[in-house]
Amino acid sequence: MARLNVNPTRMELKKLKARLSTAVRGHKLLKDKSDEMIRRFTLILRENKRLRDEVEKALSETLRQFSVARSLTPDYAVEAAFGMPAATVTAECGVESVMGVDVPKIGLETSGQAGGLPYAYSEITSEADESVRRVTELLPLLVQLAAVEKSVRLLAAEIERNKRRVNALEYVMIPQLEETIKYIRDKLDENERAAIIRLMKVKNKT
Amino acid sequence: MVGKIAIVGDGDSIMVFKAAGVAAFPAEDEKKARDVLRKVAQEYSVILVTEELSRALGDFLQRFDEAPYPVVLTVPSGKGSTGYGDEMLRSAMERALGVDILFQK
Repeated sequence: MARLNVNPTRMELKKLKARLSTAVRGHKLLKDKSDEMIRRFTLILRENKRLRDEVEKALSETLRQFSVARSLTPDYAVEAAFGMPAATVTAECGVESVMGVDVPKIGLETSGQAGGLPYAYSEITSEADESVRRVTELLPLLVQLAAVEKSVRLLAAEIERNKRRVNALEYVMIPQLEETIKYIRDKLDENERAAIIRLMKVKNKT
Repeated sequence: MVGKIAIVGDGDSIMVFKAAGVAAFPAEDEKKARDVLRKVAQEYSVILVTEELSRALGDFLQRFDEAPYPVVLTVPSGKGSTGYGDEMLRSAMERALGVDILFQK
């Protein structure tokens, strides 16, 4: 490990010692942060997996059902029926902090007739009604999944960054500082010995 | 803060979402989807993207991973789930933990 390029003086030694103790403390803190982030991450990850399985199962089924309904109806009728939605949904978006990472937190709001169909019953087969109803029911779950999945990705990126910081401190900064401190100490000791020997020689000559 | 929800995908899959009150933006191919998404991302805070498009646009969608919003979610389309969501979950897990804790058999 390369040592830092500094003058071997007492001043530098003192400065480096302070830096080393900061680095060690920082390393410990970051390592604790990393551990806790990983613990939270695994919890959110499991939640994500559970939600995704649920959503994928329900949604693929619903969409398959809808395509059946669609195939039973002429194209222009479908276009006309679904052209003007009766309800609009908006998301209540907030930000939550998990271990200093801002993650989205989303709630759902429906306005207009909730669960209302945008067409008359006579226009379209009842399979379509059913699938629209189910998608409406699924929306809160979808939005929740969206927030959780985003959290997973944000946290994963943060964990990776943090790991890099921990490693940089552990394998580069700290060994470098230790080696430089040792070098300065050796050098100072050497100077001291040289001074003593010089004095002894001078004394012997007279 | 109140945000809006949008879905981008091929015609059939998004129609039912439209009826449920989600703003729907049709995009048949990759190139179209890119343009649509760029516009939609400015205005909507939750964007659902069908799996086929999401797979084709993998790199493009990664740019949304930096900030909390907009949130992009991959949903299965009418053709059924192809497991792309699980794949993305796995890659995030491997990046962060280096081990597989969900899918190991």
